[in-house]
Amino acid sequence: MDGFSWLQYGFMKYAFLAVLIITPLLGLMGTMIVNRKMAFFSDALGHSALTGIAIGVVLGVGNADISMMVFAVVFALLLNQISSKISASKDTVISVFSSCSIAVGLAILSRGGNFSKYSGILVGDILSITPEEIIYLGLMFVVTMVFWLFGFNKLLAVSLNRTLARSRHISVFWMENLFAVLTALIVMVSIKWIGILIINALLILPAAASGNISENMREYHFFSILFSMFSGITGLLVSYYVNVATGPAIVIFASIIYFITYWWGRRNHV
Amino acid sequence: MRKIIRPCGLHCIKINHLGVTLGEQEILKDINLHFHCGSLNAVIGRNGAGKSTLIRAILGDIPHTGNIEFKDRENGQIQKLKMGYVPQSMNVEKQTPISVYDMIAAYQSNVPVFLWKGKRIRQKILEHLMIFEADYLVDKQVCNLSGGELQRVLLSMALMDSPNLLLLDEPVSGIDQNGMELFYQTIYKLKEHYDLAVILISHDLDYVKKYADQVILLDQSVRKQGSVKEVFGSPEFGQVFQYGREEK
Repeated sequence: MDGFSWLQYGFMKYAFLAVLIITPLLGLMGTMIVNRKMAFFSDALGHSALTGIAIGVVLGVGNADISMMVFAVVFALLLNQISSKISASKDTVISVFSSCSIAVGLAILSRGGNFSKYSGILVGDILSITPEEIIYLGLMFVVTMVFWLFGFNKLLAVSLNRTLARSRHISVFWMENLFAVLTALIVMVSIKWIGILIINALLILPAAASGNISENMREYHFFSILFSMFSGITGLLVSYYVNVATGPAIVIFASIIYFITYWWGRRNHV
Repeated sequence: MRKIIRPCGLHCIKINHLGVTLGEQEILKDINLHFHCGSLNAVIGRNGAGKSTLIRAILGDIPHTGNIEFKDRENGQIQKLKMGYVPQSMNVEKQTPISVYDMIAAYQSNVPVFLWKGKRIRQKILEHLMIFEADYLVDKQVCNLSGGELQRVLLSMALMDSPNLLLLDEPVSGIDQNGMELFYQTIYKLKEHYDLAVILISHDLDYVKKYADQVILLDQSVRKQGSVKEVFGSPEFGQVFQYGREEK
């Protein structure tokens, strides 16, 4: 048995391609989410997927992906707006929204005891991805890269100090909302494959691990993407040979990397 | 220090009838001020007097009424005012992998800092850091800088667009006594050698007394404005700072 025998299965080939696109994307976005302390925000976004699907079901939309995306974008913008207006602490506001949306989603989807039909989305199934869906992922990848190339500096400037950014004619409003929308879209295109329960782990862990050992933005991005891709590929292969769900396998590797970098960073005082 | 440009004293910045209302609350009303290049202007007042709001309104960070003019006194031409701003602090947590280069380049350049270092922008950053003898900090992490070091880095950054007006928002927090003296000396040198006006929010009246050219006593509106002597000796000063300092 040679090491690449798994590639002869179509589903493994597609899953591998999907991992090659999703993981660098999540690694890239994760750096900013960790920087801006938005871990809770992206978590809430993941949960909103349930409500999005539920709304699609209620309205009778044929393709639940569309209602899920639209709802997530609206949810992200609303959350941004409200948490900047309300004086209660941000994590409380997000938590309220998150719990509310997950409850509404669960209530609607479980009506008549039908929830098992949708429970797949909780853990995701990357092995079921189709070539057409990989093209959507590729599109998302291109959009994100363009945004990052042209907007990253401005986004960083806004997250460092909003007043200073505004004094340099950077639109704080646009940058913050564009970033929220982009995060929502990325979470939504990957959630079916990664699963609601672990999508946030993949956004946060590689970036957090990279932060443990990096000193500047270039190292930070490089290691975040490297860790993300490494755990993605290893997780996929291990899940194939050991026959466990792919998502959790990926997250386990990402967690191990986090702990190693944490220990390494402490020892070397990065 | 970099090439010395003598302040020409011919530019002036005029703030006319500036007012800020947030929600129902009127925070600033009818502020009229006048600054010349080469002057150090200190804004003082009790907490909540609207000092930071004034700075943010001038920067255009919050909506305000009234207007700000920048004039060449010789021919009365109105020019575009360039402003530099030194914030109180930056949102950088411990262990954040942002270097001084990253921070400055994010504001000053379009070269994506996550991909590579731009040679030209790095050179420009180094040149400006050198003004405050901070060039050795360029690759240090921002979260590991001391209060004084960060201050010098932020000052260098603010000077990069050769501003006509430099705004400093309570810059002395997190700096010890020694650093504070150094800071005021730096600002003093700055306004002497560069063609700019400085507006500084300060809590430390002793330093204001020593270094400021003009003092603005703020409490929702301008209560008193003038030289150190005029303001510190005024009855308004006594009313605002009720601990009975006796000034001549």
